[in-house]
Amino acid sequence: MMSGYSTLPLPEQAILTLAAVILVTSFALLSQSRVIATIRVFAWQGWLLALTTALVAWDTGRAHLYISALLAALLKGMFIPWLLVHQARKLGILREFDAVIRPGVTLLAAAALVIFCYSVALPIEQFADSITRDAIAFSLANVMLGMLMLITRRKAITQVVGFMAMENGLLFAAVTATQGMPMVVELGIAFDVLIAAVLFGVFFFHIRDSIDSLDVDKLNRLSEVEQ
Amino acid sequence: MSALGWTLLFPLLGALLLGWMKQPQRAAGLNIVLAGLGLAASARLALTVLDQGTLGGGQFYVDAFNVYLIALTALVGFTTSIFSRPYMAHELETGRVGAPRMRLYHASFQGFLFTMQLALSTNNLGILWVALEGATLATVLLVSLYRTPESVEAAWKYFILCGVGIAQALFGTVLLYFAASRVITNPDEALLWSVLNANSAELEPVVMAIAFVFLLVGYGTKIGLVPLHNWLPDAHSEGPTPMSAVLSGLLLNVALYAVVRVKMLTDGALAGGSVHHPQLAGLLLMGFGMLSFLVAGLLLHRQRDIKRLFSYSSIEHMGLMTFAFGLGGPLATFGALLHMTVHSLTKSAIFITVGHASQIAGTQSIDRIRGLISTQPGVGWGLLVATIAIAGFPPFGVFVSEFLLLSATIESWPWLAVPLLTGLAIAFAGLFRHLHPIVFGTRPEGQVALPVNMLPVYLHLALVLWLGLAMPGFIARWFDQATRLISGSGLL
Repeated sequence: MMSGYSTLPLPEQAILTLAAVILVTSFALLSQSRVIATIRVFAWQGWLLALTTALVAWDTGRAHLYISALLAALLKGMFIPWLLVHQARKLGILREFDAVIRPGVTLLAAAALVIFCYSVALPIEQFADSITRDAIAFSLANVMLGMLMLITRRKAITQVVGFMAMENGLLFAAVTATQGMPMVVELGIAFDVLIAAVLFGVFFFHIRDSIDSLDVDKLNRLSEVEQ
Repeated sequence: MSALGWTLLFPLLGALLLGWMKQPQRAAGLNIVLAGLGLAASARLALTVLDQGTLGGGQFYVDAFNVYLIALTALVGFTTSIFSRPYMAHELETGRVGAPRMRLYHASFQGFLFTMQLALSTNNLGILWVALEGATLATVLLVSLYRTPESVEAAWKYFILCGVGIAQALFGTVLLYFAASRVITNPDEALLWSVLNANSAELEPVVMAIAFVFLLVGYGTKIGLVPLHNWLPDAHSEGPTPMSAVLSGLLLNVALYAVVRVKMLTDGALAGGSVHHPQLAGLLLMGFGMLSFLVAGLLLHRQRDIKRLFSYSSIEHMGLMTFAFGLGGPLATFGALLHMTVHSLTKSAIFITVGHASQIAGTQSIDRIRGLISTQPGVGWGLLVATIAIAGFPPFGVFVSEFLLLSATIESWPWLAVPLLTGLAIAFAGLFRHLHPIVFGTRPEGQVALPVNMLPVYLHLALVLWLGLAMPGFIARWFDQATRLISGSGLL
C-alpha cells in the first residue's frame, strides 16, 4: 500500500493530492475564527471539489460528471458563499469573530477523527484499488470534520458552513469512490442543498429576531426533562 | 396516468397551488379536497397491487410492503387535513399566525405529503434519501411557524440534527452504491432496490456492514432512536398540531421503512456469515430499539408539556417497532407491520385531540389542562380512549401487535421479555399519571367548548378497534404478503 503511490497513473495521483488539499481546507475551516475568512475557505473547498469532479470526469470519460462539476462550482463555489456573505453583511456580522473553542483540543480531536476514518475504511482495502480506499477515508474525514465544526461553533452562520462542508465531503465520496451517483440522484441532492441554503438564510433572520443575536448557545429554552 | 402517478401528482400540485392561494379558508378546503383525491388514488393503487402483485421495477417499485404504507400515509394526510381546517382557523382568529403564513403552512403540508409518497414509492435508494431530506426541508418552516423563541430553537435543532444525521445516511448510500457497482454493471441500475435485492447475496459483506451502520444512524435520527432523538420532542411540541400529527404518524414510519429496506439488502449480503455475524443488522436494530423503548418510557414521567409527552410516547413505540424488525421472523415482522399501522392511526388521533384540548385550555402545560370531559365530552373521552388504545389495552389493535411481538420475543429471546414487559408497564404508568386529572379533574372557570371536528379521531379509533377485534381477511393477507417479503416466510 505505502509503496504504490508513485506507480499510480498521473490523474489518480492528482486526485489524491486534491483530496489531501480538501482535507487541509477542512482543517482550515475548523481553525478559522473570522466569519468572512471561514466563508472564503469554504468557497475554495467548493472550487476544489468541482476541480476534482472534472478531473475524475476526464479520467474516466463519464460525461455526466462534467455536469456534476459544473453544479458543484455554481452551488458550492459561487452561489452559497455569495449568499452567506450577503446575509452576513445584512446581519452586520461579516467582520465579526466566532472564537474557536479550545483550538488546541479541537485540532487534536480533528486529527484523531482522521485516524479513526482511516480505520473505518481499512477493511475495504482488499476489495478496491488503492485510490478508492484513500478516497473513502478522506471524504469520511471531511464529513467528520464538518460535523466537528458544527459542534464547536456558536454562530448560526459558521454552523451552516460546517453543515455545507459536510455535504462537500459526501459529494467528494460519491465522486472519487464511485465516479459519481446516477444523474437523477445528483440532481436531487443538488436541489436539496439549494433549498437548504435558502432556508438557512431565512433562519438567520428568525434566530436574530427571536434572541437578538446569532449565537445559538442562547437557544437553550428547551430541554429533555422540564424543570 | 397510473394510480401511482396520481398519488404523487395530487400532493405536488397541492404544494404548488396552495402556496399561491390568498384566502386561508378556501385553501383549507382545497387542502382537504387534494388530500382526499390523493387518498382515492392510493386506494386504487392498493387494490391494483393486491390484485396483480408487485408493480414497477424501474424508478418506481410498489410491493405489498410499501403499498400499505402509501395508503396509510394518504389516509392520515386526509384526516389530518380535515382536522387542520378548524384548528388553523382558530389559530388565525387568536392571531398566532397571519394569513401569509397560512399559505406557507398549506404549501408545506402538501409538500411534506409529496416527499412521503415519493420516499415510499421510489425504487431508487438515492431518491429515497433525497425525499427524506426533502421532508425535513418541507417541515422545518412549519416547526417555526409561530416564530416564538422556543419554536425557532426547535426548528434550528431539527434542521441541524436531522441534516447531520441524514448526511450519514447519504454516506451509507454512497458506500452501498460502491458495493453495488462491482456487481451490477449498469450504473443507472445500481441503486435500484429491486435490482440490489435480486443480487444481494453477491454484494460485498464488509462494505455492506459499514454502509448499514451509516444508514441506520442516518435514518435512525429521523426515526427518533435514542440517543439520536433530541430533535423530536422539540419539533413535535413547538409547531402547529396538525404537523405534529403527520410527523409522528407518517415521517417516523417512512424513516423506519427506509431502514427495513436497507436491512433486507444487508441481511442478503451477510447471509454467508464469513466476515460478520449474519444477523448483524438485526442485532443493531434490536439494541437501538430496546434502548429507545426503555429510555423514552422513563422520560414520559418527567414531562410537563402534553405534546412533548406524546412525542416521547412516539419514540417509545418506534423503539418497539425497530426492536421487532430487528428480531426478524414472521411473527415479529407481522407484529411490527401491524404496529406501524395502529400506532400511526392512534398517535395521529391523539395529536388531533391534544391539539383541540390545548386550544380549549389555552395552554400545552399538563398541569393546567383540567376537566376536559366536563368542558367538552367529545374531546375528553376521545383523549381518554385514544390513550387507552396507545397504552396497549385490549381490545385495540395496539394490544394485538404488542402481544404478537411479546410472543415472538419469548419464542426467540425469552429473557428479553422481562425488559419488554417492564418497559410497557413504565410507559403505561407514565401516560396515565398525567392523563387522569386532565380528563377528569375539575374544570377551570371560564373554560368553554370550541368548535371542533372529532370525526378523524373517531374514524382512526374505530379502525384501530376493528384491527384489534376482527382483522378483515384481505388486510391480514396483505400484512402476510409483506411479512413474506421481509422475513421470507408468512404466518397464514
